[in-house]
Amino acid sequence: MIASETASSEDLPHGMPYHRDTRHDPPAALMALQDQPLRRMRYYPDDVEGWLVTGHALARQVLADPRFLTGERFVRSPTDLPHFFVSSSEHVPPGFFFFKDPPEHTRLRRKVTGVFTLKRMRDLEPRIADIVDDRIAAMKDAGSGADLFQEFALPVPSLVICEMLGVPYADRDHFQRTSSAIFDQAMPIEQRNEATGELFGYVHGLVPAKRARPGDDLLSTLAADDDLTDDEVAGIGMILLLGGHETTAHMFGLGTLALLEHPDQLARLRSEPELMTGAVEELLRFLTVAHAGMMRIVKEDAEIDGRILRAGEYVTVAPHAVNRDPAYFDRPDELDLGRNSQGHMAFGHGIHQCIGQQLARVEMRIGFARLLEAFPGLRLAVPADQVPLRTDMFIYGVGALPVAW
Amino acid sequence: MRIAADRERCTSSGMCALTAPELFDQDDEDGRVVVLDDAPLGADTGDAAAAIELCPSGALTAVDEHQD
Ligand code: HEM
Ligand code: SF4
Repeated sequence: MIASETASSEDLPHGMPYHRDTRHDPPAALMALQDQPLRRMRYYPDDVEGWLVTGHALARQVLADPRFLTGERFVRSPTDLPHFFVSSSEHVPPGFFFFKDPPEHTRLRRKVTGVFTLKRMRDLEPRIADIVDDRIAAMKDAGSGADLFQEFALPVPSLVICEMLGVPYADRDHFQRTSSAIFDQAMPIEQRNEATGELFGYVHGLVPAKRARPGDDLLSTLAADDDLTDDEVAGIGMILLLGGHETTAHMFGLGTLALLEHPDQLARLRSEPELMTGAVEELLRFLTVAHAGMMRIVKEDAEIDGRILRAGEYVTVAPHAVNRDPAYFDRPDELDLGRNSQGHMAFGHGIHQCIGQQLARVEMRIGFARLLEAFPGLRLAVPADQVPLRTDMFIYGVGALPVAW
Repeated sequence: MRIAADRERCTSSGMCALTAPELFDQDDEDGRVVVLDDAPLGADTGDAAAAIELCPSGALTAVDEHQD
């Protein structure tokens, strides 16, 4: 028997709650919806009904199912903020493979997966360690009271992805401003589309020189590939630049805040540094900074958990709720750096699972380890409740993190 | 237990090589899975099961020995 989807639709939740009650937990109103891990909800701006997934098992199922697509035109948002995807599809740059389905997604993604393997990331470790140490030195120069977000969290991943791509870090003001506008869901969509065009134009402008005088970097490799147009090269470069810095930056910012607010866990990590690999996974799970919801559109009617998801309907997976699902994780609301957090969905699931995850892991492992080593007395320079938080950004995190030592 | 890998489905996440490095690697070309040992024994079978479970694309499956 398939449940009818017409009954009492007035009671449906309006969108995915995003107002936070605490600094580190998903919204309580969102968690309250987990009693039905797959449920109907209304989308913005036109109240059309769609789906919300908050359970771990169903999230895995939906995200791995080829009937749920990202290459469609997204015109609705799961919150009353214009989601990153909304209306963006008409502005989606060619090559921006997140918004592609197979076989295009496969063709484009495989152009770059070779440089993000575990092996390649291991080779990068010494260089990442140098970058981390430089930023620690910069923090020390700035002195106690420095903003860890601006001095450390944002520059480390930005410098790393710039070097990999061959994008001049000197241009960071431009690409950090445009990326943050693209991710700022509180900003009017027109302005964000403009920023998308600007960032695309910026990367596009680098391509001819990369072809004429190739360097030892990814943009040069892509520019030399006859199978890719300049537009595609720019789109791939843009998705990596966007994905590569704000995400890890917010894991450093919010992650440091979480450690400082869990002194027992921090003390444990300091005395048992071998916990770091697992600690990074647990921070990824606990904080789930990519909190805006993973949206898909149903290609053809699909039966999931005894319900029919109709072609054309929207489905949003709430990864921060999924990562606190008590059916999958014991004591999900506890930050426990010694636990096994395997199976968390901070990097997504399915064919779009994060391409930079092994890079992000190395950056965090080295970054957190050296940060704790360099500042044995690290503490907040302001009361925790005065740390500015960005709940309306596509990626959740701190706006600044003043620290003392 | 025997492991089968479908390289057409593989999305090069590296999760298998991270979880069970003694069983999986990624190729240099586009990071797709390379199975180093498709018939794990003893303690490695646990790692193999975890890798299969964590694979985001469904590229890895455990094949029933008796079907060979
Ligand atoms: C801790 C840091 C990071 C987090 C939490 C994160 C999170 C995610 C998530 C959740 C997705 C899947 C979204 C979906 O399926 O709807 C994703 C995809 C992606 N990420 Fe990351 N990411 C991180 C770091 C990075 C880095 C360092 C890079 C670049 C080198 C990157 C590049 C990408 C790209 C290109 C995609 C799209 C993949 C595709 O569509 O096939 N990310 N990321
Ligand atoms: S875990 Fe799956 S998708 Fe990832 S590299 Fe291994 S086989 Fe490929």
